[in-house]
Amino acid sequence: MSALKTDQRVPEDENMTGDSPTSPPPSNRSGNEALREMSNPHRGRAIKDLIARIAMWVSFFVAMVPLAWILWTVVSKGIHLLLSATWWTGNQRNINSSDVGGGARHAIEGTLMMAGVTALIAVPIGILTAVYLVEYGRGGLARAISFMVDILSGVPSIVAALFIYAVWVTTFGLDRSGFAAALALVLLMIPVIVRSTEEMLKLVPNELREAAYALGVPKWVTIVKIVLRTAFSGIVTGVLLGLARIMGETAPLLILAPYTKNFQHDLFNGNFPTLPMMINQDRGDFALASAAARMWGTALTLILLVLLLNIIGRVIAHFGSVKK
Amino acid sequence: MSTVTGVSATDDPPGPDGRTPLRGVSASTGRLGDRLFGGAATVSGVIVIATVTLIAVFLIVQAVPALRDNQASFFTSREWAPGGDTPRFGIVEFLWTTVAASTMAMIIAVPFGVAVALFLTQYAPLWMRGPAAALVDLLAAVPSIVYGLWGLITFAPFFKPIQGWLENTLGWIPLFSPTGISGGTILFIGLVLSIMVLPIVTALSREVFAQTPLAHKEGALALGATRWEMIRTAVLPFGRPGVISAAMLALGRALGETIAVTFLVSSLPDGAAWTWSLFNGGETFASKIANNAAEFSNPNKTGAYIAAGLVLFVLTFIVNSIARIVIERRKAFTE
Repeated sequence: MSALKTDQRVPEDENMTGDSPTSPPPSNRSGNEALREMSNPHRGRAIKDLIARIAMWVSFFVAMVPLAWILWTVVSKGIHLLLSATWWTGNQRNINSSDVGGGARHAIEGTLMMAGVTALIAVPIGILTAVYLVEYGRGGLARAISFMVDILSGVPSIVAALFIYAVWVTTFGLDRSGFAAALALVLLMIPVIVRSTEEMLKLVPNELREAAYALGVPKWVTIVKIVLRTAFSGIVTGVLLGLARIMGETAPLLILAPYTKNFQHDLFNGNFPTLPMMINQDRGDFALASAAARMWGTALTLILLVLLLNIIGRVIAHFGSVKK
Repeated sequence: MSTVTGVSATDDPPGPDGRTPLRGVSASTGRLGDRLFGGAATVSGVIVIATVTLIAVFLIVQAVPALRDNQASFFTSREWAPGGDTPRFGIVEFLWTTVAASTMAMIIAVPFGVAVALFLTQYAPLWMRGPAAALVDLLAAVPSIVYGLWGLITFAPFFKPIQGWLENTLGWIPLFSPTGISGGTILFIGLVLSIMVLPIVTALSREVFAQTPLAHKEGALALGATRWEMIRTAVLPFGRPGVISAAMLALGRALGETIAVTFLVSSLPDGAAWTWSLFNGGETFASKIANNAAEFSNPNKTGAYIAAGLVLFVLTFIVNSIARIVIERRKAFTE
């Protein structure tokens, strides 16, 4: 056996590749060949590893490009309108596409109102459904509900809107209105609430439930006063994230709630102003600088609103999370 | 938040120690409050089932009369003239545009989304993981109408030369043959959709990758694997069902995305020649319905759009069911 270091390493390498340890040590020459065969794949492995590492880093930063680009576009083109007081106090009455500025308060109020009504209907149904799934249901019904929640979460917003249209307008002969759009949004919000509440209820330790039962507390009191209270902050977070999702939805509004430039607080009669529809209104004339600026300003307002809800939700989640 | 994973309490016992709570029947003593509260919870669940059933029923009931009057083949015709005494409409073009654009979105978003998820769980330095994940979530928080605006006004002009270059270089492939349409091509819509669904793929993949048992990863590393080999042999096989279901959910979202696509599409003139090119325009189901919301004047016309919506519903139903089945099977293996 030669004294070369490289040759001594050969049997070890071969053992690593799974050769039987009893196989005779290779001769000098074949050992060198084996080494060459071994060292090339090894270098290949290191290179592959490096390529993968670079690819992952690059992917992340490439994925961040659209985010930065979108936010930059919206902020740089829309911020100047948001700095005027009229934006937060006025509406778009008598303001044509070619007129500059105007207010967005009607649309902000409309969006918040619609979100509020949606939450009023969707939150109780969503939370109770989650309570059923975690605290009561164990059989086929629970399985069916769980499956249907999944399907509902996959229903496209345009289909939800068509369904409400088929019920509200075609079947009952009612007019399109803000409330009809809110009903479509309810369909989109329920699955979000159910899933997030379910997760939170599952985090509540069983000891709490058992302690309550042991003290003779009825099951429903246990759920209301102990389980739901313990999971409260998590549920609130889920509701806020759900609200953030439905506020930006446009398809149901397009079909069910025509836009108006005036203040409007009646969800049941007449057209209804919302931020997405205000964007849609100015989108038609985005070649005009005034309309384009208003469009970006509205988009920025909407993003800020959604972001605010997201941040509040996450802060509540952070400080009030269920202690495991 | 794992709201989208479809993991449900029904098959996953609550509590960190795996004990199931007292069963509904045995825990209740038949008090009025118990019966009322339990009843309300059950009713809510039933409402959810009823809603989904009603969606299907209403769409079918209102689509059928229009379909019966339809003079053309619904699934193969390229015409769309639902009004009048002899309505003729078919969905084959919407089907092609919808599926082609969503497939484009998947081809881009799934590898990228998985790579970003791997970055967030395996490569990023610890201090970076939280903020980086929050940034990806921020991408999901941007309303889709803003993506539409950005795509229409800012991104489209930027993409135009890229499309020109692709047409010049790859134009001999039927899939890339030039059509003279710039802006809202299928390829471009797919690209914007891929950005919109990327956070969905990433969020779910990240969740499963983070659950890879440490023993698998350490085992791979101890056998001399490089980090990439560790990922390929331990992380990816473990996360594969999660990635598949993430892709399915993202596909469901891409198929049904409405407002961004509505802003971007270039609708084709009547009688435009059929082409397989990705540089062709054309409406998707969702954009066709949204663009014509003002035309819901008579029942037959509305019925035609509702029939298109029904096909979209069935499409997303199938895709989401597959996602659900994959998740169920994964749970069966890991538990």
